[in-house]
Amino acid sequence: MAIIKTKDLTKWFKDVLAVDDVNLEIEEGECFGLLGPNGAGKTTLIRMITAVSPPTKGKIWVQGKDLKDCHREAKAMMGVIPQLDNLDPDLTVFQNLMTFARYFNIPKNEARRRSVELLSLFKLEDKRNSRIRELSGGMRRRLLLARGMINTPRILILDEPTLGLDPQAKYLVWHKMTELNAQGVTRILCTHNMEEATVLCDRVAIMHEGRILDLDAPHALISRYAGSEVWEIEVNAEGKDKIIQELESRGLDFDDGGNELYIFHLTSDESLIDLVSHAEKLKHRPATLEDVFFRLTGRSLVE
Amino acid sequence: MIPFSWRFIRVWQRNRDVFFRLWHSEAPGFIAEPILILVAMGLGLGAYVGLVDGQRYIEFIAPGIIAAYAMFSASFECTYGTFFRMEYQKTFDAIIATPLSVEDVIAGEIFWGATRSLMTGTVILVIAAAFQLVHSPWALLIPAVCFLEGIMFASIAILFTSIAPAIYSFNYYFTLFITPMFFFSGVFFPLASFPQIVQTLSWIIPLTPVVHLTRALVSGELHLGLLWALGLIIVITLVFFSLSLVTMRRRLAI
Repeated sequence: MAIIKTKDLTKWFKDVLAVDDVNLEIEEGECFGLLGPNGAGKTTLIRMITAVSPPTKGKIWVQGKDLKDCHREAKAMMGVIPQLDNLDPDLTVFQNLMTFARYFNIPKNEARRRSVELLSLFKLEDKRNSRIRELSGGMRRRLLLARGMINTPRILILDEPTLGLDPQAKYLVWHKMTELNAQGVTRILCTHNMEEATVLCDRVAIMHEGRILDLDAPHALISRYAGSEVWEIEVNAEGKDKIIQELESRGLDFDDGGNELYIFHLTSDESLIDLVSHAEKLKHRPATLEDVFFRLTGRSLVE
Repeated sequence: MIPFSWRFIRVWQRNRDVFFRLWHSEAPGFIAEPILILVAMGLGLGAYVGLVDGQRYIEFIAPGIIAAYAMFSASFECTYGTFFRMEYQKTFDAIIATPLSVEDVIAGEIFWGATRSLMTGTVILVIAAAFQLVHSPWALLIPAVCFLEGIMFASIAILFTSIAPAIYSFNYYFTLFITPMFFFSGVFFPLASFPQIVQTLSWIIPLTPVVHLTRALVSGELHLGLLWALGLIIVITLVFFSLSLVTMRRRLAI
């Protein structure tokens, strides 16, 4: 059964359409990725699913219940790790966790046990009595993660969880996310990091201008939109038009990236080699989720 | 039909914990200032003031000072304090992602503001008693009056905070609303000394009924008119409390 389901979910901010008719089914225990450029509506979608923002239109069910009728119950089993740091700067690291546990009505002894455990899990034991302003950016993010897990959530919602983390801390988070997989925790991951989405997510939704453009397992999306490998031709201004004409006449699937042309769904470069004069470089590499992302949401800046 | 749940207590506890961690940074101001006013105005100015019934001026202003500083406490807490937590620290955003609702958070803020009023009022009452300015056991009810007064002023403050675009907006709130109330609600001068129009106006500003109550409780001269004062406070409180929950939901749950 889907743990979260949405139907025709829509959100207007005055006359701006932020989320446009989104129908989603997130399965229990999966890691669900939400990918999209800034302003695609990911955070707004998350805010509606976490019962913080009321939808303009449409419905949300959590464990089969209408979210409108069970928002406290639903929020009690969710852990939200926001993109922006909203740790409580008036409190110490340990008090942040204890105070947050109290919002969930977790008894004091249990809260203390979990706080100690989470601090050690995220390597923050030494910072137990520090003020928030004394923490580095990476430490704050780790504390946000610890805080989001204080209620041992069944659904964990992470908005850019590894943004600004060094590689060591990033792998710590990835490792923890994989562990949660074994515990059957459902994870919703908003990210710009394509590698992260590929490594962690069972399914990925590509979101753009408020709509879900496509939704599938990362490898399925990659083979659908790019094939297994991508050829890149570096072009100069004079040669470009000619090459494009040639690519079109050969019925190849390609994108114009300005100084480069990207050719998809090719198994060998036989059909390209005669195209490229000595001045133009040809290289190939494995296709990634980033190719899917660009093909679906375009190469230009959205904002 | 109460629009918030018992969970508001969690926000109250959060604010209490922070206050007692940092109390030395603001509590002295809230205690030293009323004592200063009481002594300077009461003894200094009081030497030149003769009241009709022969009461000492310091005795006259003491219950007004209690009411006024209880008002200041809740007003500061729920304007600058609330705005700071809401806009700069994003504390409310974090809390409403837990089982608490916007209404729980705001009720917690209001009851915490009222608790500040209670603390301030009680401390000044004890000091006034030490100056032998309290003459009736009815004065034991003053902390309860300060708490109710605190809910009223906290609710009004929250309503303003919910529509305040920036922290500078509170300058208007204090110079155009709170400070005039300090002078025109009978704290320093009997209302009878003002022209009729000012007297009428002073009855619709919310500090006036509170000053009537504290003054009567300190002197022990109770009369039925006080029920009107109490009723007025309760009505104003209910209206602003409900309104502030609605406007805050509009600001936060977008």
